[in-house]
Amino acid sequence: MDIPVTHAPGIGLVWPREGVTRVPFQVFSDPAIYAEEQKRFFRGPIWNFLCLEIEIPKPGDWRLATVGETPVVVTRDEHGTIHALVNRCAHKGALVCLQERGNAKALTCVYHSWSYDLAGRLQSVAFRHGVRGKGGMPEDFSPEQHRLEPLRVEVFCGLVFGTFSDATVPVETYLGETMARMIRRNLGRPLRLLGMHSQIIHNNWKLYAENVRDSYHATLLHTFYTTFKVNRLDMDGGMLLSEDGRHSISYARRDTLQQSDEYQKVHAAQYKSALAAPEMLDTWTEFDDGITHCIQTVFPTLVVQLTLNSLAVRFFTPRGIDKTELFWIYLGAQDDDEEQTRKRLMQSNLTGAAGLVSLEDGCINEFVQRGTRGSEDRNAFLEMGGRDVASSDGSRATETGIRGFWKGYRELMGF
Amino acid sequence: MREAIEDLLAAYAEAIDDGALERWPQFFTEDGEYHIITRESYAAGLLIGIMYCGSRGMMEDRVQALRTANIYEPHAYRHLIGRPTIERNDSAFAVRTNFCIYRIAQDGDTVVFATGQYIDQIVEDRGTLRLRSRRVVLDSRRVDILLVLPL
Repeated sequence: MDIPVTHAPGIGLVWPREGVTRVPFQVFSDPAIYAEEQKRFFRGPIWNFLCLEIEIPKPGDWRLATVGETPVVVTRDEHGTIHALVNRCAHKGALVCLQERGNAKALTCVYHSWSYDLAGRLQSVAFRHGVRGKGGMPEDFSPEQHRLEPLRVEVFCGLVFGTFSDATVPVETYLGETMARMIRRNLGRPLRLLGMHSQIIHNNWKLYAENVRDSYHATLLHTFYTTFKVNRLDMDGGMLLSEDGRHSISYARRDTLQQSDEYQKVHAAQYKSALAAPEMLDTWTEFDDGITHCIQTVFPTLVVQLTLNSLAVRFFTPRGIDKTELFWIYLGAQDDDEEQTRKRLMQSNLTGAAGLVSLEDGCINEFVQRGTRGSEDRNAFLEMGGRDVASSDGSRATETGIRGFWKGYRELMGF
Repeated sequence: MREAIEDLLAAYAEAIDDGALERWPQFFTEDGEYHIITRESYAAGLLIGIMYCGSRGMMEDRVQALRTANIYEPHAYRHLIGRPTIERNDSAFAVRTNFCIYRIAQDGDTVVFATGQYIDQIVEDRGTLRLRSRRVVLDSRRVDILLVLPL
């Protein structure tokens, strides 16, 4: 008997007519929207960050990843080509690779021993011809018609991206010239993995996507910067957006710090003491363009940072409607000397789950998640720096990056 | 000597659980090292973990920051520590101790926040036993919410 198809009920969401300057709180807690994102958004025409190329350096290396909630395995085959495959056996749907990372000549499902090559093509099926002439697959069974579902893959500056959509434009086009140039500046060199960890934050993934594009909050919530006079909004800096508004670069120049009366009025500037161990912030000039801090977002869930000499890649992935895993990967250049590596270690204290500058982000998005409970019919208000989606030269007191995220989100979701 | 080492380990845990964090750097030598790292990174020989202090001064800065700059919901820890294994080297005692740390939130919510092992180098410093190095090796790669109080 055929089971009738049940159509998902329409999502009752009306985006306010003020556009990207308003965000309905419903989008952070509605299970129907979350389910729809898995299809329309994460399988839409976007590049999802999967892993770093240096995490799978050798033929046969693999590493697990997720796109939305979809489990993915990234492999390097015997020719050195990188593949991304849904980690779901073509037979019964079990996970094929179980370990976080590994190395193998073939990927074999433990359930019924269906075995795939590193490009995801089905190679063999246990008992295909039965046992002692009995059982087995039907005569017309064809291994060529079964495989691990592939994603399209592109590698840019050591970043491995995957997409489910045929419509996704090449990564460099997706990024645009300004964004591609900054990634090349920071990551376009032989890299060395220095460390990694993750944190679980108890909020919808989009709240973190907003948070990393929010240059307005940086020195207000993260008071370590102002407390120890590392960085303030009156430093020369700004917020650059890609042409489509989806990606952003928040940057600052350290040497142009000026006094500003506005800062005397907020709590962030109350404490004046210096560090007991200032060697934590010993730096060297890595690039001659004067930019000392840059935090770059790549739509939707990747962040590349070079703050002082702390080079790191962050990415985040939904683990449920109000649960997100945020990964931190710390990097150095392969030709760093011992002293430079030591400086990167010292500065790693600034970011991560225990980051002196970043740790508040572990809880602030949860505060929004909790604060908006019962107010799903209300909206966030995002008019700092204007109402448009455009670069903000000279000021980071703006929410333009967040508006840019919502512009992209709405385009993909059809909201 | 075992008893003196166990007393140091217990006093360290008690100071943190009592919120007496200003005492925390005093358990280390002046150039003492404190490093929180995941088991996975530790096994892979990676350099960067979750928190690194290369001197007592850096620990003092941590405490100063969490008292005056960092923002988080109030919470406390409760350490349970196991019986240490102790080896005497030429210059120090190499001590390993299992730990389980609960996190108690202001609303009473109590969770296992971290399990793992302290890998310590303990030396006699002007008549007192102190940590020359403490590696806090976490069993999990994941930190729940954030890490601000030392482990």
